[in-house]
Amino acid sequence: MTTQGIGAAVRRKEDRRFLLGKGNYVDDITLSNQSYAVFVRSMYAHAKITKIDTKAAKAAPGVLAVFTGDDVAADGLGTLPCGWLVKSKDGSNMVEPPHPALAQGKVRHVGDPVAMVIATSKAAARAAAGLVDVGYDVLPAIGLVNDAVKPGAPAVHDEAPNNLCYDWHIGDPAAVDAAFAKAAHVVDLDLTNNRLAPNAIEPRAAIGDYDVANDHYTLYTTSQNPHVIRLLMGAFTLHVPEHKLRVVAPDVGGGFGSKIFHYAEELMVTWASRKLGRPVKWTAERSESFLSDAHGRDHVTSAKLALDAGGKILGLRVRTLANLGAYLSTFGSSVPTYLYATLLSGPYDMPAIYAEVKAAFTNTVPVDAYRGAGRPEAAYVLERIMDKAARQIGMDRVEIRRKNLIRVDQFPYQTQVALQYDTGNYQATLDLALEQIDYPNYDKRKAASAAKGKLRGFGISTYIEACGIAPSAIAGALGARAGLYEAATVRVNPTGSVTVFTGTHSHGQGHETTFAQLVAEKLGMPVDNVDAAAVGGSAVVKALDKVIDKGKKIAAHLLEASAGDIEFKDGNYRVVGTDRAKAFGEIAFTAYVPHNYPIETLEPGLEESAYYDPKNFTFPGGCHLVEVEVDPDTGVVDVVDVAIADDVGTIINPMIVDGQAHGGLAQGIGQALYEEVRYDAAGQLTNGSYMDYCMPRAADLPNFKVGNHVTPCTHNPIGVKGVGECGAIGVPPAVINAVIDALTPLGVTDISMPATPEKVWRAIQAARTTTTTKKGG
Amino acid sequence: MKDFAFHRPASVKDAVALLRAHSSGKVLAGGQSLLPVLKLELAEPSDLVSLGQLKELRDIRVDGGKLAIGALATHDQVHHSAEVKKAIPALAHLAGGIGDAQVRNRGTIGGSVAHADPAADYPAALVGLGATVITDRRSIAADDFFTGLFTTALAADELVTAVQFPVPKRAAYAKFAHRASKYALVGVFVAETAGGVRVAVTGAGPKVFRLAAYEAALGKKLAPASLDGIAVSSADLNGDAEASAEYRAHLIGVMARRAIQALA
Repeated sequence: MTTQGIGAAVRRKEDRRFLLGKGNYVDDITLSNQSYAVFVRSMYAHAKITKIDTKAAKAAPGVLAVFTGDDVAADGLGTLPCGWLVKSKDGSNMVEPPHPALAQGKVRHVGDPVAMVIATSKAAARAAAGLVDVGYDVLPAIGLVNDAVKPGAPAVHDEAPNNLCYDWHIGDPAAVDAAFAKAAHVVDLDLTNNRLAPNAIEPRAAIGDYDVANDHYTLYTTSQNPHVIRLLMGAFTLHVPEHKLRVVAPDVGGGFGSKIFHYAEELMVTWASRKLGRPVKWTAERSESFLSDAHGRDHVTSAKLALDAGGKILGLRVRTLANLGAYLSTFGSSVPTYLYATLLSGPYDMPAIYAEVKAAFTNTVPVDAYRGAGRPEAAYVLERIMDKAARQIGMDRVEIRRKNLIRVDQFPYQTQVALQYDTGNYQATLDLALEQIDYPNYDKRKAASAAKGKLRGFGISTYIEACGIAPSAIAGALGARAGLYEAATVRVNPTGSVTVFTGTHSHGQGHETTFAQLVAEKLGMPVDNVDAAAVGGSAVVKALDKVIDKGKKIAAHLLEASAGDIEFKDGNYRVVGTDRAKAFGEIAFTAYVPHNYPIETLEPGLEESAYYDPKNFTFPGGCHLVEVEVDPDTGVVDVVDVAIADDVGTIINPMIVDGQAHGGLAQGIGQALYEEVRYDAAGQLTNGSYMDYCMPRAADLPNFKVGNHVTPCTHNPIGVKGVGECGAIGVPPAVINAVIDALTPLGVTDISMPATPEKVWRAIQAARTTTTTKKGG
Repeated sequence: MKDFAFHRPASVKDAVALLRAHSSGKVLAGGQSLLPVLKLELAEPSDLVSLGQLKELRDIRVDGGKLAIGALATHDQVHHSAEVKKAIPALAHLAGGIGDAQVRNRGTIGGSVAHADPAADYPAALVGLGATVITDRRSIAADDFFTGLFTTALAADELVTAVQFPVPKRAAYAKFAHRASKYALVGVFVAETAGGVRVAVTGAGPKVFRLAAYEAALGKKLAPASLDGIAVSSADLNGDAEASAEYRAHLIGVMARRAIQALA
């Protein structure tokens, strides 16, 4: 009997190579005769290109080639596609302006690639890049999304009037109007969800390697999903059949969404490798990452909540303006719509919802999925307005949530915004979180803080997320241009060890360990006997079931019994009710050395593949609690306690689940207090380095109290729901609610993310001035 | 990073000669500011003169009531030095708050002082304590040393060899760090010296400066309350997205009071 199956805190198999510094990242790969690419990028947010003179660069030492948008166009390379079609209210398709791999005629954001310089060394390529003479005719630009939709705003794309990509909606406006008509309380809230840079620790990199002898392309890339990249490059950008294109994503040092998308550099190195007949490598520098990795969030939202006299929600109306950046990134269109507005019921029983989302182009880096992708934005709207409602009505913030949470007996719960939640227990996670933070003694802690001159605040967030996206048929009906199933192959080796192949890629989640644990659980073997190459879990389980079934037929033959009488348990096939048994290893060996084998009816070998298409989303959720201390003299917010209770479904490895929670919480606290990509009105990025862009660090964070209350998902074979994004979704509003709670006695009613020291200090000063004026008047 | 010639002189004299011979050369001490500048190609020196061989510049000693710290003493060395902790604990504390552990292990006091970053911590200690910068050819009072944004009284071929600090009665440094860079948004050094109370501010302006109004008030009574009612003008202070000039002016008052409370 293995102790390494589902639920075991097995140490991560992959950590040995990472801790030894023996990971294999794209930048670690050096191919024979490799050349180096550097991209010349626009320093202007919006400009016409009047000329590109490459003569001096081409003549520079070591330079092999310089390519511009004209070369890209001449070879007929496709523009970077968007993977999700969103339709506007009037039924029209979203506006999809072309997104060329190198700018053609115009640049539309600082960092937009204009030319590609390839040389025999990176230093030579860099030096030559400085010699590319680009003439610009600078145009008025849009740096802030609010300015994009103002009358007379400069056009980012001629194809997009008023800079709108789409004007979309979901829900029932008439039902919401009726709810507001009978409301006892109406709560208004305007807020901004701050723009973030993904900042994976490994910058993006790509190597293109064209094999002229076989007319075959290989791309090594820092991708979260190499299969998607191969599909998009094959079909849309490079235009080569998939059997001629291999995409390899080796170890990847974090992605958080930013490495999902198909980027220009991947296409360019692959194409250039064919042009040059040698491998071409590109590795981003950190300042380049700020200017070329898709950013996240950047919503401006107005919300209104209608409640009855007792604090029960009657309806919600939301208007959001989402920034898409200068071009549509691969999934940019889906984030502010199907991954955001469909979550606006949160964990609450909401009888009426209507949301309108306008998505606008601006002269900024494209915006796309970033840890949580739409769901943090939804949770932030709901949890901020729930707190405001509590204050407005004079209700306890915990009680208003308790009153509105979907009850266990309401599952499956159909929301007013398309989703059907299969299962959950939101009261249980709320109670567990409150217990972990020792809520009854909060007042004592507040008094202790006050004795030190600090203002203590308590913040709560009860949130939900949607994971395991999605039934392909439903996604397709909503505009997805790709399937969302997963595939796995389980290969049992002749001596009984197992190799698992899946399409999902692990870039920090620990799949090599958790998938091995699934094998351990099913086949009763230690994880050391499993090599898992990387929503793959359910496909792995389906493939394992096929392996077990085939093994039964082999065992039946060897044990001279019928397959129906064979059971598989603890790694042994046994004739039910007897002591006649064969170990799994013997069956595997027999499958590959079929001397005594039912060869007439059964093929040799023991390798099975399975595809899993989800039946529904999964719905993790829970409660995040935060306590902060605010220094009223400086405005510094110190997060002193975080206690969370999540329901992530069945837990395969509790240690990995804790780690995922910790990372998500750090990023969520980062959004709430530290991180913000700042563009000025003219579209210049003003904090594109770690000297200015503040990432959360270990010393900024307290020890997290992480609890779990499991209600297994009802519609996948393992019962898993998902954990990676929970922290980034649940905790930002809890932090801000805690800051506002701390400052409420001073009269502060609002603070935006990130709650920087100066912002908090100014809010305190403004509130004091107002209070003084009132007293004086 | 552009190519450069690399020199490792064996003596201060040779180092100075090299700087004289290569007018667009730069001194490499700990490299914690210089290397990022080179990587970003904000400077393209023809030659780098590394001081790595000059081990005699790493010494820290107390002599005649003065603490002398060699130019190549690292921040970590100063932070952990028993002599510094005993003579001027505020200086050991300041050194321990510079950058991060990696920076403190490589960065040097001479490099920091010569670089004269307006948000560096050491300039506050030098000016706050009335220190003297010793070079290969002369002594320069700290009050005269820092002349502006990244500029000092050093000649192009002049090398800092040590910094000499008079030991104060009491001193303290309070810093409000930039959250991303960990440089001082505002750092205030307060010292009770033989010559009176000195207050030096770093991070807030284009260069380190003394606050005469604070010094006068604290000269009468060295207590936080002495600063009540003394406004700090934001007129000449730095303002940026991280902190406006007005906020920096406010923080000077807060940090000064905290330094006074921490005097030791």
